[in-house]
Amino acid sequence: MSDILVSEQSAAGASGRPAGRLLEVDDLRVEFRTRDGVAKVINGVTYHVDAGETLAVLGESGSGKSVTAQTIMGILDTPPGHVTGGQVRYHGKDMLAMSFEERRRIRGEGIAMIFQDALSALNPVFTVGFQIAEQYRVRRGMSRADAKKRAIEMLDQVKIPNAKGRFNNYPHQFSGGMRQRAMIAMSLALDPEVLIADEPTTALDVTVQAQIMDLLAELQRERQMGMILITHDLGVVADVADRIAVMYAGRIVEEADVYDLYAKPAHPYTLGLLNSIPRLDEKGQELRTIKGLPPNLMNIPPGCPFNPRCPMAQPVCREKVPPLLQIGAGRASACHFAEELVNRD
Amino acid sequence: MTENILEVRDLVKHYPVTRGVVFRKTVGHVKAVDGVSFDLRQGETLGVVGESGCGKSTLARVLMNLEKPTAGSVHYKGQDISKLSGGALRRLRRQIQLVMQDPYTSLNPRMTVGDLIGEPFEIHPEVAPKGSRRGKVKELLDLVGLNPEHINRYPHQFSGGQRQRIGIARALALRPEIIVCDEPVSALDVSIQAQVMNLLEKLQAEFGLAYIFIAHDLSVVRHLSDRVAVMYLGKVVEIGTEDEIYERPTHPYTQALLSAVPVPDPTVREHKAIIRLTGDVPSPADPPSGCRFRTRCWKAQEVCAQEVPLLQIRSGSDHPSACHFAEKREIVATHEAA
Amino acid sequence: MSDPTAASIVGAPPAHQPTETGGPTDAGLPANGRQEKPRGLLGDAWRDLRRKPLFWISAAFILLFIVMAAFPSLFTSADPTAGELSRSLEKPSGHAWFGYDIQGRDVFARTIYGANASIVVALLSVLGTLLIGGAMGMIAGFRGGWLDALLSRIADVFFGLPFVLGAIVILTTFNGTGTNNSEWEVKGLVIASLVVLSWPVVMRLMRSSVLATKEADYIVAARALGAGTGRIILKHLLPNTLAPILVYGTIMVGSFIGAEATLSFLGVGLKSPVVSWGIIINEAQSLIRVAPHLLFFPAAFLVAAVLSFVMLGEAVREALDPKLR
Repeated sequence: MSDILVSEQSAAGASGRPAGRLLEVDDLRVEFRTRDGVAKVINGVTYHVDAGETLAVLGESGSGKSVTAQTIMGILDTPPGHVTGGQVRYHGKDMLAMSFEERRRIRGEGIAMIFQDALSALNPVFTVGFQIAEQYRVRRGMSRADAKKRAIEMLDQVKIPNAKGRFNNYPHQFSGGMRQRAMIAMSLALDPEVLIADEPTTALDVTVQAQIMDLLAELQRERQMGMILITHDLGVVADVADRIAVMYAGRIVEEADVYDLYAKPAHPYTLGLLNSIPRLDEKGQELRTIKGLPPNLMNIPPGCPFNPRCPMAQPVCREKVPPLLQIGAGRASACHFAEELVNRD
Repeated sequence: MTENILEVRDLVKHYPVTRGVVFRKTVGHVKAVDGVSFDLRQGETLGVVGESGCGKSTLARVLMNLEKPTAGSVHYKGQDISKLSGGALRRLRRQIQLVMQDPYTSLNPRMTVGDLIGEPFEIHPEVAPKGSRRGKVKELLDLVGLNPEHINRYPHQFSGGQRQRIGIARALALRPEIIVCDEPVSALDVSIQAQVMNLLEKLQAEFGLAYIFIAHDLSVVRHLSDRVAVMYLGKVVEIGTEDEIYERPTHPYTQALLSAVPVPDPTVREHKAIIRLTGDVPSPADPPSGCRFRTRCWKAQEVCAQEVPLLQIRSGSDHPSACHFAEKREIVATHEAA
Repeated sequence: MSDPTAASIVGAPPAHQPTETGGPTDAGLPANGRQEKPRGLLGDAWRDLRRKPLFWISAAFILLFIVMAAFPSLFTSADPTAGELSRSLEKPSGHAWFGYDIQGRDVFARTIYGANASIVVALLSVLGTLLIGGAMGMIAGFRGGWLDALLSRIADVFFGLPFVLGAIVILTTFNGTGTNNSEWEVKGLVIASLVVLSWPVVMRLMRSSVLATKEADYIVAARALGAGTGRIILKHLLPNTLAPILVYGTIMVGSFIGAEATLSFLGVGLKSPVVSWGIIINEAQSLIRVAPHLLFFPAAFLVAAVLSFVMLGEAVREALDPKLR
């Protein structure tokens, strides 16, 4: 990765940088130092989320979408993970420069996270109610009885039927959907301003997935939270997102309003993804696939990381890393031929 | 119409629920598969969709004869395969093969690709003489789009999609007539998933394979299937051609399922009519009486609790549907948009 | 918590994998002129081992000890049992490298001759323990049901016996005062009592390992192909369950050398004039202030032997796991 491009990339966010951003990730770089070598997992990621909006971070496994979230939350495993550059600003303050105590305070009250696998995210030896109530006792200094009352209210808010009776149940006594609700209740207990949802419905069935996505959207509206929805599911994204950032090999390759992105993708990777999903409403012929595999993060090809798989690749793509450049109102693309892609029929 | 190569009749698989360590007693049964019937024709793809716990994976295991059914029969070309054992069963295995869901756990990590794909020939030595096996393995690797030079590599040196190709090559080695695919693409990334689906289609065309394609992803199933069976709590609730199920579903569960699938098109989100199902799937150890879907169904009447609806063609439906009140309903909101 | 970190790393193909091997694009590459030889797990493990210095060092030491155990006269011409009290507790010298013990016996010769009893007893007991425990564990785990319950309870009974007490009971019964067993009979009894009291540990390890592996998808896949029980056990279960047992086995070699010493010390195991490291160490430990070299040299041999086995086990385990290559 050439260093000259760092400034280019960070300067070229999809939108300007007014002071009042809720959460901004700015030119973040993370690498994993393992026995086999250094994997460049995040190579200059810049995105932001404001109050009341949903930013979807779309990407396949290994694209760095979850690692970015872990870095924001400060739960990146170090080692092997190391932040090598960039900032994560919460209300304009760089969290990566904060003390451990400051960060801990933001976690839960400022930024909360929910995970794909609720069963392993909840502690199996404590009741669900206790785990929620504990936060009120520890972080808010409430009494046992008050904390319990608030916890039951919280369970009620995430529409767990018979919240009072369920207070004393253990996580394994909940079904998959209920468990996910319990985890949402736990993350939202301290009223965070930003919720990071990492593949919240991937492990769930379609009918339950619809319930959970509804619940998340509703809670977000009520509380005017900023939400970062991390997913690989183009369907879920189309349903709930306001803006989308598409990640590939540790970079944002495209950022756009949800309608623009689906109507006219400005990066060949996005286009390829949209083409390769089977549609429910049509029995297609052969799917148009993206050939090949995502790059090895220890050995990212020179130039555009997507060039070996790109049907549009030209010699310039193998030489120059395309910066994420603004190509229209509120949208950006990291492709040398973004304009042509958008302007063609 | 081509002939049926697999006929499944009233297939039942119950697992006993036991208590106690030394003195075990059976306290109930998990009715994983509870009376499933369908036919599979030569060279076609039958999709089986359903949510977790509906019994679709158990169905795969019983069809593969990995488990004996509690009742019912599976006939392959007139022969009841659940009654076979020993040599006869081994011969039958050449005709019906399995592709599993998880490419990371379904390959023995301590065998090379050559050994893995060559294993079918070692188990069925009559298929290929010893000297020719190595060449056959390379042919298979080539066929599924892998480099034959990589024959000495281990599974962990491949990506998920490549491993699934290895699994497919293994299933293909004995040139079976039927391949049971149990969620073969659900563990893969979107772009890789499409590659594997295309491969499955290519192989079907080339070898005239019949697939039983089990998945929870309705879009994937539609893309590949000629006919589709929808399962709920161990029963098939609706079965028909791909068109009948996706365009004219008549069972409320199918309708709800289809409406809940997120469509990758933001323009439809405003006017999409999702049928909201409440609650979770009941436990298969204690399914509701009568129609199993009645606890979550908005149409449920008294008769639904008393009478089990049969899977048959009804007045409101042009294909078999197991609902007392089967009728068409426009649910896929994306027709105009697409 | 979910572990997307690991997933992301796993998701990235390993370094030595050329990325273009992916799609169907590379299908039908021209075959290399050189015909690659078919390889298997054992062949690959051997190729891997050959490149490891750790393996060669530990193997060399083990070979040395085994030769020492088999042909002690190659290393020394002194008689390990001939004592001359005039030489009692002499310091190491060019004449006797490790000095003399309290009875004036050559410590170097005794250490060399002691290898036989220690190594033979330890190796054979480990072998027996692994075979019996491994087989029992495989049967219990694979068959399950009442057989598993029965074997597990039997193992629990033996597990409940305190090791030293159990060995004393067995050995005093068959090898008490007044019995007149030959040296090899005593060794056999010691080995038998070590095996009888240790196999349950190996069985438990093997059983849990088999239980965890038995349900793996690749076992189901093999069954779906029509693989028989023998093939599933030999080709699929054993290679994937052996690692923890192998590691435990190498650790056992060390502890069994110690156990043999303990039993000898208690007077129920080997007895003078037979020499073993355990006997020498036990004799020396009361003189540690006066003549530390008496303890140092045999102990150094013991530590070197134990370490060599542990290192060898580690090297073999790594070689048998393709993911670690």
